[in-house]
Amino acid sequence: MKSKTIICRCEDVTLEEIEALIEKGYTTMDEIKRITRCGMGQCQGRTCRSLLLAELAKATKTNPAEIKITTFRPPAKNIKMAAILGGVENEENS
Amino acid sequence: MKKTAEIVIIGGGMAGLATAYNLAAMGMKDIVVCEKSYLMSGSTGRCGAGVRAQWGTEMNCLLGKASIEIFENLNEILDYEGDIEFKQGGYLLMAITEKEVEQFKKNIALQNSLGIKSVLLTPQEALDIVPELNIEGILACAFHQKDGHANPFHTMIAYAEAAKRLGVEINTFTEVTGIIVENNKVKGVKTNKGDIMTDKILIAAGAWSREIGKMAGVDIPVRPERHQILVTEPVNPKLGPMIMSFAGNIYLQQEPGGEFIMGFGPAEHETYSVTSTWDFIETMCKKAVRYLPYLKNIRIVRQWSGLYEMSPDAQPILGKADNVEGVYIATGYSGHGFMFGPITGVLMAQYILGLPTTIPIDKLDLGRFERGELIFEPSVV
Repeated sequence: MKSKTIICRCEDVTLEEIEALIEKGYTTMDEIKRITRCGMGQCQGRTCRSLLLAELAKATKTNPAEIKITTFRPPAKNIKMAAILGGVENEENS
Repeated sequence: MKKTAEIVIIGGGMAGLATAYNLAAMGMKDIVVCEKSYLMSGSTGRCGAGVRAQWGTEMNCLLGKASIEIFENLNEILDYEGDIEFKQGGYLLMAITEKEVEQFKKNIALQNSLGIKSVLLTPQEALDIVPELNIEGILACAFHQKDGHANPFHTMIAYAEAAKRLGVEINTFTEVTGIIVENNKVKGVKTNKGDIMTDKILIAAGAWSREIGKMAGVDIPVRPERHQILVTEPVNPKLGPMIMSFAGNIYLQQEPGGEFIMGFGPAEHETYSVTSTWDFIETMCKKAVRYLPYLKNIRIVRQWSGLYEMSPDAQPILGKADNVEGVYIATGYSGHGFMFGPITGVLMAQYILGLPTTIPIDKLDLGRFERGELIFEPSVV
């Protein structure tokens, strides 16, 4: 069995998949994110964002500081719709 | 980057990539695409991913139906090694006013006359399709099984890879900064990476098309409008169709991977901003839980936004400019550029090559606004 290194745990994205895309010319975090879903799962890239950045920097021989990082999008933490609706009700009743 | 081209396509989104691929497949050489950012950065990569044939104007019905037929076979047509994830769970459109019921009846008669097998359902019948739908306040529904949604990222990559194999040059992070026009004819394109000489350009720049048009001296009356959207955690598949209400202003679907994606249309000022707001989340939750109460226990993981390029009649602008030779236009999709992309890619390629188009597009030309021949589409969110 071929060894597999998981980069994104939420979406099961492997290092091999990412390397294959870089090889094909997809050398931005944004493109790799959208093609593989790396960073689009439950935790929103808490671990894999920096791992992807490091792999991309290594593969393209670029200083990580010069690589554009994918956007941090709200909400800061996943949240049930019921919790949001509860907040709305509180505001409406106060 | 090439210094000369047969055509420069401005915009690496759905309209631009689909036209580039079709032009190349029909034999054109030296096609160059200029995308100002990364691939999938614009409106296509931010869209709600829906694909439908249930429209209120003949033109949109024909475009939608033809696009669905292409989406059904797109993995094979483009020889894509991945999957565009086209899921045909249908679109369930919910009428909540009497006026809408009447409109649905008219739409369905039109759709049926064009070979689109949509049906009008009672709310009870809709429960057979979405058992957990809260039908309170719903008067009737329209349903078409062949509608659905696809993965915009994979669809774009499938087009981009197929185009590249046919020799198309796709330049990302290449921003068009000017159009060289002499004697009312296009001579070239200026970019941040140098000039490309060409006598044809295709403006497929979505919400930025008006700005590109200005560079060539062509007035393209589209305005950018921000639309927000959110996605939940994945849960077991339970929602078949995209559910949508025009009067209720909501669309909601479940991806093949289990995530729910949903949004609604804003009442917003013109903007190029793609930021997200808390207001959107609050209103979205209210709207979503009203139709599918089980959603209240599902977590939102991310929200984002993108731009519709609204045309004055919410229909695409396909054709060429009258005042400058060599300016072709595929924009103004008004939120439906992804779903109409596959067919308009074919039609624009035919048009640019001077071939007869398989669906007449003369009614969608830029000149219709000056002539006052607008075609209003009643069925949009």
